[in-house]
Amino acid sequence: MAKVQRIAILVLILLAIIFPIISQNDYFIHVMTLSFIWMIGVYGLNLLAGYTGYLSLAHAGFFAIGAYSLGLLTVKAEMNFWPALFLSLVITGVIGFFVGLISLRTKEHFFAIYTLCVGYIIYLVIDKWDSLTEGVRGLIGIPAPANIGPLSFETLQSHYYLVLFFLLLVVLIMYRIVHSLSGRTYIAIRNSEDLAQTIGISTMKNKLTVFVISTVIAGLSGALYASFVRFIGPDIGSIAIVFDFLTYLLVGGIGTLSGPIVGTILIVVLSQRLQFLQDYRMLVFGPVLTLLIIFYPRGIVGAVVSWTQKRKASFHQPIIRAKKLPEEQVKEG
Amino acid sequence: MEILIQQLFNGLTIGSVYSLVALGLTLVYGILHIPNFAHGALYMMGGYITLTMMTKYGLHYWIAIFVSILVVGMIGVFMERFVFHPLREAPPIHDKIAAIGILLFLEAFAQFVWGAEFQSMPTPYGQVVQIFGLTFTMQRLLIVISAIVVMILLTLFLKKTFTGSTIIAMSQNREGANLVGINTNRVAMLTFMISGGLAAIAASLSAPINLVFPAMGQLVILKAFVIIILGGMGSVPGAILGGYILGFSESLGATYISNDYKDIIAFVLLVLILSVKPTGLFSKGGH
Repeated sequence: MAKVQRIAILVLILLAIIFPIISQNDYFIHVMTLSFIWMIGVYGLNLLAGYTGYLSLAHAGFFAIGAYSLGLLTVKAEMNFWPALFLSLVITGVIGFFVGLISLRTKEHFFAIYTLCVGYIIYLVIDKWDSLTEGVRGLIGIPAPANIGPLSFETLQSHYYLVLFFLLLVVLIMYRIVHSLSGRTYIAIRNSEDLAQTIGISTMKNKLTVFVISTVIAGLSGALYASFVRFIGPDIGSIAIVFDFLTYLLVGGIGTLSGPIVGTILIVVLSQRLQFLQDYRMLVFGPVLTLLIIFYPRGIVGAVVSWTQKRKASFHQPIIRAKKLPEEQVKEG
Repeated sequence: MEILIQQLFNGLTIGSVYSLVALGLTLVYGILHIPNFAHGALYMMGGYITLTMMTKYGLHYWIAIFVSILVVGMIGVFMERFVFHPLREAPPIHDKIAAIGILLFLEAFAQFVWGAEFQSMPTPYGQVVQIFGLTFTMQRLLIVISAIVVMILLTLFLKKTFTGSTIIAMSQNREGANLVGINTNRVAMLTFMISGGLAAIAASLSAPINLVFPAMGQLVILKAFVIIILGGMGSVPGAILGGYILGFSESLGATYISNDYKDIIAFVLLVLILSVKPTGLFSKGGH
């Protein structure tokens, strides 16, 4: 199994690398780059909601903070792209730290409602603070990433590879986190916070760490978005964006490593095929989201995993596997 | 002085609308422990249905509101039956996400059927009245009076009738209510019906002074959440009181602090409350 998985991952990465060469279609490359950017954001949300069980509805806000930090630093402070990117991650992380410090004291419903309101505050501040953010007019003329030595990111293809690089980096980091002791700790917190506390886990410290990592990743996604699209408006902080992230995550599979990729690609491709749905895509995706949560709470990946698990169980029943894949260990919810 | 009184009256108007919306939300929370994110969509649907009844079918304002209460109440019941009922054993993160799914669907639905543009609702009560030298519009007086009447009726219903008591009983202890022979499924549906009806009333009353558009429920629902956290999740008097507190602080804040940032007041209030007391004010202990 592990071998099959490894080969599959390598094939996927290879496909991603040769994609611009085969497709030769700027529009497709553009769409793919955008969906890679979304995926990064969805991974941020997944770590928090999927593994720790805290549904944050403020993540569009952090996405926007990342995007606006980068935009303001490059456009208004005329900073070089790379230090600006680094700084914008720091800014998102610091704000995330303080928001997490307060919000994580609340639980379940209160947390969701609290973060919903935090997200709205961020959106309103961006929208109303004209002198800094240009308000509803939005921020125009965000530069493409600066050259690193001979590498330039002016063309679409090079930008695609840059985003792909960051995506792979994020996936790698996620893999490391989830498969480490910390990852297990987060899952323990999700399954029962009281129990985790009883066995000596400092839940607050762990939750805060996850929250900050998750916001920084959302910020990275926002910063990449800003430099790719070159124009940002307050709408990117609106609640609709967090709902988009949630849809991608849930369709793919919450609390799974490959879920964000599967969900995002599927929905982005579907939305492209159903162009006429643009404004009304929620007419289809809203009910899909609801039905999915009722019948397949762990999304496509979750459904596939439990299907293969069942099949395997019927093949060789007496064998007790010593080492399960964490994805399979994830219980519903 | 005159401005102050005018603003206090405005606060009373906005507060009445907030209270009605928060009441529906708090009833559902009390019964099922679901923060119904789709409640804002019910509010929005209420506005559109009243508007359609009036403009397309030429119904009188009050009859249109009555139709709207019925329709939105039924949407609430369907929501309970087809979504929240199957999810009642699921982890808490699921029903929140399902509610978001419904919200997105209803908003897209409204945009599909009625278009994205802002629409104004006609009202037979456009005239201006003078009381003690102060001018009020009829519609605003109507909002305050009707809201208070509805609240009194609801309280009487919950306190004095048998059906109302079953709702209270179930919000206090679901298993207990089941044991003494209360049909909890029926009560849950009834609660969603009332909740939708209240949202429809609130939207139909306030639409003539605001506007009707697909996203009209978003800000209202967020504020309703602030209110029920302020007043204690699941508490009926808390929702009413919280609604008026928020209404007053907003209208005074808009005059004396900044009109641009008046919408932030509610959220800053919430952030402050939850920072001091993570379980909300007046919480009845964990559920």
